[in-house]
Amino acid sequence: MIEIKNLQKKYPHKDASGRNGWKEALKGLTLSIRSGEVFGLLGPNGAGKTTTIRLLTMQLLPTAGAIYYGGKELYAHARELKNLIGVVPQHVNFDQDLTVGENLELHARLHHLARAEREQRISELLDYVELSESVNDGVRRLSGGMKRRLLIARALLHRPRILFLDEPTVALDPQVRRRIWAMVQSMAADGVTVFLTTHYIEEAEALCDRVAILNKGELVAVDSPENLRKQFEAAHLEDVFLKLTETRGAV
Amino acid sequence: MRMAILDIWTVFWRDWLVLRRRLAKFIFSRMVAPLLYLVAFGWGLGRSIQVESGTYLDFLVPGILALNSMNISFNSITPVHAERVYHKSLEEYLIAPIWPHAFVIGKVLAAVLRGLISSSIILALAWAFGTQLMLTPLFLLVLVLNCIIFAEIGFIAAMKVSTYEEMSQVNTYILLPMSFLCGTFFKTTALPEALRIIIELLPLTHTSYLLRELGAGGTASAVSVAVLLIYAALCFWLCRRAFSRLTC
Repeated sequence: MIEIKNLQKKYPHKDASGRNGWKEALKGLTLSIRSGEVFGLLGPNGAGKTTTIRLLTMQLLPTAGAIYYGGKELYAHARELKNLIGVVPQHVNFDQDLTVGENLELHARLHHLARAEREQRISELLDYVELSESVNDGVRRLSGGMKRRLLIARALLHRPRILFLDEPTVALDPQVRRRIWAMVQSMAADGVTVFLTTHYIEEAEALCDRVAILNKGELVAVDSPENLRKQFEAAHLEDVFLKLTETRGAV
Repeated sequence: MRMAILDIWTVFWRDWLVLRRRLAKFIFSRMVAPLLYLVAFGWGLGRSIQVESGTYLDFLVPGILALNSMNISFNSITPVHAERVYHKSLEEYLIAPIWPHAFVIGKVLAAVLRGLISSSIILALAWAFGTQLMLTPLFLLVLVLNCIIFAEIGFIAAMKVSTYEEMSQVNTYILLPMSFLCGTFFKTTALPEALRIIIELLPLTHTSYLLRELGAGGTASAVSVAVLLIYAALCFWLCRRAFSRLTC
């Protein structure tokens, strides 16, 4: 369903001596993500995970390469394909001047939901993430876990078919993390394609049908967690991850 | 077309929601500066100044309208800078399936609304001080154009600068000199020739000229209207370019 072909991204960068140059964040990524699967993108800090999500969700323009959703090139069908996508960013990016309900309403309006549908979806999703009581609170007043749940509710408002989650459980306590895992599993059961990045290997093992491992902007492995463990004769996916990223890092 | 208007309305609606919640505070805070200008320059200093066309207060009010609408429109759009750099809430608009120019137009229109509310307060205060201005559709158009231009300049700054400090430098180096030199408090003919030529190129000078002339029942200079239209179009193009470059 998602085809990524030779995707590259370079950023303007100053080297140690202060000279202007380019830093390659992504070096020709080619990947296929199947419809309805939970796909995990793993990698150490600076591997290019967030850059990949930002490219796939049109928050960044690629330096080279192409992205296809259901055979349609992303930038040629931008507005149509944006309707298919839901994004849960790594950082909290709510409108700080609006309440919980108003943030959701803004998202629903930006996705052209009619008034009755807006009201119904907002109510349904606030129930789903157990934030109905906070509808009129300012977003600043929410705890970290509540903000994460609200980010998920917002991303699901317009019924996306593909959901991008960038480090969805970073810095959350185990209870909240498990609740978010349950939400991801329930979305996948509803046929939503889930693309997530994570630092937590056990999270990838618990949730993902397949994972890709990125290191320094390059794809170093892609397969199911089970197959990767077998291929590298490792007891845990974390061992595979360390083997691939440390070896590459030492080169 | 319908969807484009709907998208502009959504962006505008968000700003209207925030303004509506703070409307009383906004109105009272916008009364302070013009009231001080009117008292200090109109009643105080103005009593000893003679102008050809009547009292100094009559001369001053169009200048205050020009500079106030400039400041309010510019400052009303600068929170977009925090939305981009600090809160990152601009990402919501980047991933949304909206008409690409809707964000720029919606934000500019919301800032124009604030500029016009503030201008209405000045007109009411000026009327209370005994000043009479001819309010024609062209007078209103000039005021709207001035708000559009400075909202657009504020938008470009919000897209380009990195810190709050740089944002305030735009105020210091661009808006503040214009506030005093662009025919707001005195005629530009009083300035040295070389400086006057530069001042004549700035949009606020033409707004001051036009508001003063139209407010006194005179005719509009076609050149000044053309200058404002060119500035508005050029700045809109720069806004679109700056917004689209966020994804580079």
